[in-house]
Amino acid sequence: MKYLDEYRDPVLARRLLEELRKLATKPWTIMEVCGGQTHTIVRQGIDELLPAGIRMIHGPGCPVCVTPLAMVDKAVAIAARPEVTFTSYGDMLRVPGSTGDLVGVKARGGDVRVVYSPLDAVRIAEAHPDRQVVFFAVGFETTAPANAMAVLHAAARGLANFTVLVSHVLVPPAITAILDAPDNEVRGFLAAGHVCAVMGYTQYEPIAARYRVPIVVTGFEPLDLIEGILMTVRQLEEGRAEVENQYARAVHRAGNTAAQDAIREVFTVTARSWRGVGEIPASGLALAPRYAAYDAEHRFAVESLNTTEHPACIAGDILRGTRLPTDCAAYGTACTPRTPLGAPMVSAEGTCAAFHGAGRQRSTVGSR
Amino acid sequence: MCLGIPGRIVEVRASADRPDLRTGIVDFEGLRRPVCLVYTPEAQIGDYVIVHVGFAISRVDEAEAARTLAVIRAIPDALARELGTTLERT
Ligand code: SF4
Repeated sequence: MKYLDEYRDPVLARRLLEELRKLATKPWTIMEVCGGQTHTIVRQGIDELLPAGIRMIHGPGCPVCVTPLAMVDKAVAIAARPEVTFTSYGDMLRVPGSTGDLVGVKARGGDVRVVYSPLDAVRIAEAHPDRQVVFFAVGFETTAPANAMAVLHAAARGLANFTVLVSHVLVPPAITAILDAPDNEVRGFLAAGHVCAVMGYTQYEPIAARYRVPIVVTGFEPLDLIEGILMTVRQLEEGRAEVENQYARAVHRAGNTAAQDAIREVFTVTARSWRGVGEIPASGLALAPRYAAYDAEHRFAVESLNTTEHPACIAGDILRGTRLPTDCAAYGTACTPRTPLGAPMVSAEGTCAAFHGAGRQRSTVGSR
Repeated sequence: MCLGIPGRIVEVRASADRPDLRTGIVDFEGLRRPVCLVYTPEAQIGDYVIVHVGFAISRVDEAEAARTLAVIRAIPDALARELGTTLERT
């Protein structure tokens, strides 16, 4: 556990926590949705500083972790083709598929390359007209504007050898799915600041009203998180259920409209299956029919493959917030960031990796 | 790839192959990367922006940029993963 003195402003942190202690009369369960926020909460021990009864659940906020196994398997199958140069954000390379990962394809001689921006993938396609360049377009609303522009750019350049394997996911439908679950315990949400910087937060207003849950747009700095939790608890105690913006420094209600326009031009909303969670209606983005020529699934006609998760992995429970990484028998032993058995151990934003990085120990026998 | 990294715009120019695609160079504490500025048309040299996978998405002030960077530094390898290890140091 970390000490408050390590905070940028320990006095303010202490004051906010004191206020929270006075305010909280009942137990409340709150979910943070963004993997960056999970990392800060676990690393700074914010969950351990909260008054008794205020419980944080770590939501499905890591795009690497929720990319469905079937999609990872498709990526592996396409990347293994001799005519393909497969490009991806680095995080996706070690995500285990049913029969291996992209690193394995590379080791067997496949042309797999890490790019930092989808425009780099477009540039590779331009420089190598003899290669079929495929980009693995994954992520939440934060990477969608970039991936949309890569398609627009390729279309403007008339590139015939560039396609994208799209597995985009959207946050608001995931929140709705969590609230719809019969055993849901979450009473309030911290919405991800950077997702809202792109999309704004009008989409959360009907959710807050319909389900009577407070949703607070929150940054991912320690003080932001304590303040976001305080604002959520204050609403809960006062019986309010509104969308509030803790992160006004970077987020406006309407978001970035130019980025939203590009997303709407290139993508259409579709059902997506979330790794460990299952299919959620209208929870993802696919290429709009007018950009079908840029769809890697089309071009390479990969069939749905038989998928199997590692039997020890309880990632589904972890992504839904019903169990903690420290409840997993493989945590820290068979499964580590170097030898991940499941996706939440791969990316630093994954809950299992965040716990491991902060040195949290596996639950002792009998604690569960 | 989901973390936005704050940096300061040090150069703005039209993209060589797409004049309508506004690009620039952003300085991340000494590490410089080309960044697409098409979604932040109002951002000028000297402004701080949050960059997601090579695209500036929002403008922030200098203090906010410093805070966000401090958090990202605490996440193992986050900067290297988001910006690449083969950075040109300038
Ligand atoms: S610790 Fe590893 S095996 Fe266990 S749930 Fe997390 S990713 Fe899966």
